[in-house]
Parts: sequence; structure tokens; C-alpha cells
Amino acid sequence: MTNKPRTLYEKIWDAHVLKKHEDGTCVIYIDRHLVHEVTSPQAFEGLRLAGRKVRRPDATLAVADHNVPTSDRALGITEEESRIQIETLETNVKEAGIQYFGMNDKRQGIVHIIGPEQGLTQPGMTIVCGDSHTSTHGAFGALAFGIGTSEVEHVLATQTLLLKPAKTMRIAVEGTLPIGVTAKDMILAIIGHIGTAGGTGYVVEFAGSAVRALSMEGRMTMCNMSIEGGARAGLVAPDDTTFKYVKGRPMAPKNGDWDKAVAYWRTLPSDDGAVYDKEIVLKAEDIAPQVTWGTSPQDVIAITDVVPNPADIADEGQRTAVARALDYMGLTPGTKMTDIILDKVFIGSCTNARIEDLREVAKIVGNKKVAKGIYAMVVPGSGLVKEMAEAEGIAQILKDAGFDWREPGCSMCLGMNEDRLSPGERCASTSNRNFEGRQGYKGRTHLLSPAMAAAAAITGRLTDVRTFS
Amino acid sequence: MQKFNVLTAIAAPLPMVNVDTDMIIPKQFLRTIKRTGLGKSLFFEMRFNADGSEKPDFVLNKPAYRNAQILISDENFGCGSSREHAPWALNDFGIRAVIAPSFADIFHGNCFKNGMTPIVLPKDQVQQLMQRTSDYPDQPITVDLEKQEVRAGNLVFAFEIDAFRRHCLLNGLDDIGLTLQHKDDIDGYEAQLKQTQPWQFT
Ligand code: SF4
Repeated sequence: MTNKPRTLYEKIWDAHVLKKHEDGTCVIYIDRHLVHEVTSPQAFEGLRLAGRKVRRPDATLAVADHNVPTSDRALGITEEESRIQIETLETNVKEAGIQYFGMNDKRQGIVHIIGPEQGLTQPGMTIVCGDSHTSTHGAFGALAFGIGTSEVEHVLATQTLLLKPAKTMRIAVEGTLPIGVTAKDMILAIIGHIGTAGGTGYVVEFAGSAVRALSMEGRMTMCNMSIEGGARAGLVAPDDTTFKYVKGRPMAPKNGDWDKAVAYWRTLPSDDGAVYDKEIVLKAEDIAPQVTWGTSPQDVIAITDVVPNPADIADEGQRTAVARALDYMGLTPGTKMTDIILDKVFIGSCTNARIEDLREVAKIVGNKKVAKGIYAMVVPGSGLVKEMAEAEGIAQILKDAGFDWREPGCSMCLGMNEDRLSPGERCASTSNRNFEGRQGYKGRTHLLSPAMAAAAAITGRLTDVRTFS
Repeated sequence: MQKFNVLTAIAAPLPMVNVDTDMIIPKQFLRTIKRTGLGKSLFFEMRFNADGSEKPDFVLNKPAYRNAQILISDENFGCGSSREHAPWALNDFGIRAVIAPSFADIFHGNCFKNGMTPIVLPKDQVQQLMQRTSDYPDQPITVDLEKQEVRAGNLVFAFEIDAFRRHCLLNGLDDIGLTLQHKDDIDGYEAQLKQTQPWQFT
């Protein structure tokens, strides 16, 4: 190996190549595999049909999250297909000897929230899951990405994947974020800048002083939405913030191993002079609170802006897409974003349902009340987040304000369980996708930060959190 | 895995950018534990009215395209959720190849695992194919993986495709079987990892 300066991505990649084929396809070792109920049944069935075994049950963790009810768990799952899917997961993991957090385990939660929470997610690792938001774990300087069910089966059987190296992109946000502007606004602004396909084929490393200053929660929010910019993985170089977060968690390295692990992790950040295929620099001071107006995460503008006009767009394909999005969203060009009236507010998802997000929400809410006619729900990311929020008094503040305080799960992020929008309903959501029908048939989603969602719940309309009091 | 060599079939034009996997197969159909049976729900919200009747304007509901086995669409096809249910639904409906100027990574990879061929062609060539299949709905086009070209009437477009994936498609090879041939390498890598990063194994 030469001493050519390498990026964080290249270091992780090189450390995991166990075989390189002539055409450049590599067999990559996978350190950790997260499994959930929706994308795994066909993989386990495939293994069974081929008479294959799970190679490393000890490196695998399973949880049910997408399809679980977020109301009273004691009632069980009434919807039959959902119940069968979760029972199938339970049978599969039991047979394979995989650790599983069941619906009534307080460690249960959204797969991308519980990995970091348990200390399973560590710098330098390769981490996969049959879910596109696996990119979340990149916040720790781990190479983490979503895979399809056939690849889930491949990892279960071989603990490897066949891959070709990705291109590298560095997106630096320099400076200090203005008050009221958060990691969510940063990533939405980035997606607005590069477009939903801007990152296709790249692994994106987020850097710059504004990113370095973020907590782990903020970094997770950013990496979570890398996929919305087309990048399969996002990365943030591990540093003391990372190590402090990991230390002492149940699956973190212990005792003598801890120092050895940290010594290794410190070697991971990109070398000086490392070359990226593409570099983008944004100024933190230029970013305002963001909100989406359309049906793609790139359809995003500052809260102070107005709904765009398709007539202003030159490219025909884009113009048609914008017109279609506005029609779906029931919006008129030129309308001020702050004039948009809501029906629902959803605070949850693997993007923004960690404890820090809920603290932020409670801070904005204070002793105010949810606006009349608004249904606002809070779905904590895990049982442990829920427990912490209850212990800190956050749950009480939110309940007193009129929020519906739910059990953990994916919930209305994708509306696979009974939490969903009705046709035409308009929702401010801290989740990551505003696709047509994502939160419910003909439902209308505006993506924004937890702080902005909290303000919206109080006023009943999209609101600039900076001028809200 | 099903082989893919040369496919001559009806192609349906779907001129939309950013067709996401939520559109291809909405979440209510993800509760299945099987790979098959999703074809009837393909493009559900674009294809059916709330009462279950068909939307006559949707391309796959038009008589000429009902048996399409090739889909032609626009930029960033298959973006969003990693759900392999999307290629499963397309496959179950009968679509074996998708032609677009660009694909989202995960969807693109998922196609190959199911004996389906995603073909990237320059935007203007995709436009020409869309035009042609709109003008002559009942004339099949050919996706020739062996020669790496798409043929439609007098249009002949060459396409690039990953050599390894092409080889697997042409021969119907299963990735897992191939990887397991390297079992010794995997064993060796793991043994070394136990030495250098013992904390990964506790
Ligand atoms: S919270 Fe939403 S985005 Fe995250 S894993 Fe669940 S469904 Fe996917």
C-alpha cells in the first residue's frame, strides 16, 4: 500500500476488502447487520430454501419497527398481515439465534435509533440494513448504507457484500448556524442545493466547522438524509464528540478494548491532502429554517419564501414535475409559506425522534397549547428515548400542551401501521420523505425541523421559529 | 435466478422524473412475507381510483401497453426507499427491463438480483425511445444484453453495463453461491479481525 493520503471512506473501504475481482468488484466484509420485519422475511426464506445458515448471528441485531402499533401495546397487533410479518421475524431470529428487541422490550425502537443507542454503531465499521436510512449510522464515521432484500440474504449467509467503490464527495458547511437553524435545516438546504440525484454514486462526507460543532444527534439527522440527496451513505469523521457518545453503551468496547478501539478510531479521519471526486462548500450563515413545498425532498425553500411558480422553470421535465407536485400539494404559486394552514403535525422518525429533538420541541412548546383543530403527535424513536423524555418532564410538557404521546416506531413516517394521513390532509413532519402518498393516500407532507414542527403545532400553520414567541 | 439474454417485447413510456419506490409499490403492500403476487398492486395509486377501478389514462392501463415487459422512464428512476418489493412488483407484473437516463443506486442494484436489466441511455436517446413507443404502441422493441444494445425500428442504441452483473444475468448466476466460493477468504479475514479488533466479537 502506498502512502497516498486517503479519505475516511477510502480507509474504511480498504480495511474491509477481503477479495478483489479483476473487474473491480470487491467482496466487502460487513461488521454489523440490522434487521427489521419488512425487508427480511423473503431473505430468511431464501436461506431456508437453499439450506444456508446465518453466518454471524452475533453481529446481527433485529427489531420490529416499521409495522408496530404506536398505541397501547397491550392490545397486540390487530391487523393480521402486520401481525404475521412480525411473528415471522420472531420465528426467523429465534431459529438463527439473533438478538431481538421485541415489541414490549424498552430497547425496542426505530432500527436507526437503537443501533447508536446500544453502542452497536461504532466508527470504522461497515453497517448495513435492509433500509435506505441506514446512512444514519455514518454520523459515527462508519460506512453504513441500505441494501435490498437479496443483499440482506447475502449478508446473512456470507457476512459480506459484492460492491464496487463509490465516488467521494465532501460537503463542508463552514461557520456558525444562526439561532433557530438546525442540522435538519442544513441537510435540507444541501439537498435543495445538489438535488435528489446529486449524490447518486457518491459517498458524501459532511465536514466543516458547522458540522464539527453538531452533537451526535445532529450529525445523525444529516447522515440520515444523505439518501434523500441520492448518496447511499453519508459520513462524519469520528472525534471526541463521537467517542463520548459511544462510551459506556451496552455494546460499546469495554475495559482494555476501549482504549485500543479509540486509538484505531483516531486514525480514521481523512488525511490532509486527500482528494475527493467532488467538493462543495456552503456557508452556515446563509441557511434559514427550511421547509418543503412539494413531493420530493429537493422541493425545499426557506420558510420566508413563497411557493414557486412552474412558469419560471425552463426545463420541461422539471416544469411538469413542479406543476404536478403543486397540484398534489394543493398549493398556489406565490403563496407565502407562512400562510399555509395545517391539519396535523408529526414529530418522529429516524431523522428526528431522538432525545435531543424532543428536548428542542419541549423548549419551544413551553406552556403553550397545540392550536385548535390541529392533531399533533409525538412518536419517540425508542423505548429508551420515551423513558428519558418521561423522566425529564418532556412528556408531561407535551401532553399538557395537547400532543398525543405515543409508543416508539416508524409510525406516520411511512404510515404502514394505522398512523397515517387521510386524503387531502396537510402535515408538518420531522421525517425525511414527502413523496406522494408517503404518509397516507393523498396526504400532503411538509418536511421541517423539530423546532419548526413545534412552532407549527402551536400556531396551526407553517411558522418561522425565529420570530415565534 | 432467471436468465436475461435478449428480450423483444412491448415497451411502455412513463415520462416522469424521480419515480420513487413508494410510487412503484406503496407501503400497504409491504406487509407480505413473499416475493410474488405484488404485480397487481404495481403503481397502485397511479393505476387505480379509490373505488378500485382503473385509471384509463395510466400507461399500463391502456390496451396497447397492458402486456408491456419493458418500461421507459426519466431521470432518477427508483429513488427513495430500498424496498426490493419495487423490482419484485415490476417483475411480477411482467416488466423485465427498465430504460432510463439514470437510476437510484439501490433500486439499480436490486434489479440485477432479480434477473431484471436496468439500462442507462443518454436522455435524448431515451426521449427518442419514448416517442417511438408512443407513436407505435404495438411494435415491440428489443433489449439485447448479449450485444448490449436496444433496438426499436430503425433506432439502435448501444448501452454500457457492469461486466460482472451482465455475466450473472446472462447465466442466471446467484451471487450468494459465487461468494461462498470464497469461504476461506472470509474465514481468514474474520480470524484476523478477531486479533486486531477483538471488541467486535464480544
Ligand atoms: S422512521 Fe421512516 S425512514 Fe426511518 S426507518 Fe422508519 S420508515 Fe424508514
